Amino acid sequence: MTNGIELQLSQELGTFQLDVTLSLPGRGITALYGHSGSGKTSLLRCIAGLEKSSGRLMIGEETWQDHNYFLPVHERPLAYVFQEASLFTHLSVRKNLEYGLKRIPLRARRIEFNQAVEWLGLERMLDRDPEQLSGGERQRVAIARALLSSPEVLLMDEPLSALDHRSKQEILPYLENLHQILEIPVIYVTHSPDEVARLADHLVVLNEGKVVADGPLGETLSNVQTPISLGDQTGVVIEATLEERNPEWHLALAGFAGGGLWVPDIGIPADESLRLRVLARDVSIALEPHSDTSILNILPGQVTDIVEDEHPAVMLVRVTTGDTETTPFIARLTARSVQTLGLDVGMSVWIQVKSVAVIE
Amino acid sequence: MMIDWQPMLLSLKLAGVTTVILLIIGTPVAWWLSQSRAWYKQGIEAVVALPLVLPPTVIGFYLLLMLGPQGPVGQLTQSLGIGTLPFTFAGLVVASVFYSLPFAVQPIQNAFEAMGRRPLEVAATLRASPLDRFVTIALPLARRGLLTASVLTFAHTIGEFGVILMIGGNIPGETRVLSIAIYDHVETLEYAQAHVMSAVMIVVAFSILFALYLINGRLNRGGHL
Repeated sequence: MTNGIELQLSQELGTFQLDVTLSLPGRGITALYGHSGSGKTSLLRCIAGLEKSSGRLMIGEETWQDHNYFLPVHERPLAYVFQEASLFTHLSVRKNLEYGLKRIPLRARRIEFNQAVEWLGLERMLDRDPEQLSGGERQRVAIARALLSSPEVLLMDEPLSALDHRSKQEILPYLENLHQILEIPVIYVTHSPDEVARLADHLVVLNEGKVVADGPLGETLSNVQTPISLGDQTGVVIEATLEERNPEWHLALAGFAGGGLWVPDIGIPADESLRLRVLARDVSIALEPHSDTSILNILPGQVTDIVEDEHPAVMLVRVTTGDTETTPFIARLTARSVQTLGLDVGMSVWIQVKSVAVIE
Repeated sequence: MMIDWQPMLLSLKLAGVTTVILLIIGTPVAWWLSQSRAWYKQGIEAVVALPLVLPPTVIGFYLLLMLGPQGPVGQLTQSLGIGTLPFTFAGLVVASVFYSLPFAVQPIQNAFEAMGRRPLEVAATLRASPLDRFVTIALPLARRGLLTASVLTFAHTIGEFGVILMIGGNIPGETRVLSIAIYDHVETLEYAQAHVMSAVMIVVAFSILFALYLINGRLNRGGHL
């Protein structure tokens, strides 16, 4: 299938200039993160061919765009999920689902009708009209419709942002599942740090049409040197496995390279990987391992970076735990505390993690 | 009292033929106008709308000159061996197509514009070619506009008077349509015949519009035709 996406695209729209060079993995979800106006949707539309741009675009071995070549949208084996479900209102749910399916040759079909219907739980709405569905249901139909065209790349433009909180929570599990099932790259545009943490494997941060950070999720999130500007949501995502349970206190130990964190045991399956999210505001730093504290998770580590945050009163301190294989954490401290503790790069410290979210 | 039904049949035939031709010509024009970003687009829109504001006699006068033996179109038709179009049924059709053009193009164009680009973009990402998108997405989504265009064109052609008088005259069985016949009856003080014909016209017009609103109401509630 695809061995990755290579692109070098630029576009000028009035005063806005998009200028992006990227190399994206051929599997997993790449989040295109940025504030509105950062050019993330424009970039996605350029990849789809919905907008003209200059440059090169290669999907695996295939060239979709080059300086004198432009493959029209309908000949690109992609699928696109728009912000609003955009179902065809003159067709029933079933006909909507079949629209893309019917237009690809039999031998190119990798996803069966019934399969997609099952994945997205659409069994009971097939013969209804789009108007009769809720916002969340419509977006599920749109996702299934996209998958049924057996794309080699799935592009999603803030598929959850037009939905209310409940519909979002309804769809997220389906998206997380897709993650496991699909063997194609997914490019997912979002401005929600929460969705990035839950869904992404790879993170690209755009600002004013330029790439400011790009890399595997854990690495990119924990890199305090680049301005990702997640604000309050600054933090790390850690892939972990269940190591032991403590039934007495309903706790589970989630282990990772260089340590482990106790988390509430919410029925975590034994053999699946876990995704933990630790926000910088929930991490504090001490020079000694305190035992007279309510904080359960205290880990030894080494300071690797200290940078100023968006406000001069606040600093971000990056600490890695473990010796050979390390896991980074970010702590948000006041500049005053950094000075009081005399923190410096290379120092050994103890991090106190006040709260951990298990997100997968 | 003898009622001559031929003018009524002729009117229905003229309106039917004009409607079919205008749907075939008007739909692509409306599509182009709805999609184009060309600088001369507004110019074409103004030309399409001209018959709305011009007196019918002006349109009829210029068509007469164009189609007549000395006019460019007239010379062409003569050299093709069709003769000249004025004072024939074919001439009436040509005139009606010009006269009713905005009534066909505008509702269809509005429907295409109301649909927006999104459904077509979605269809493109689902592998539909431009022609495929037009047939399977744009036309069905514009069905109310197409329906409105048909009814308006039909009704407007039935009601034509000035243009017909200029270009068709009053030849029984060929150009003597209903509106002309009613005028004739009134001129010769045959009020009874004029009454019957006019009353039938009112009933027909009401029925057509009533049917239109009924169907539109159903489409509005998301039903299918």
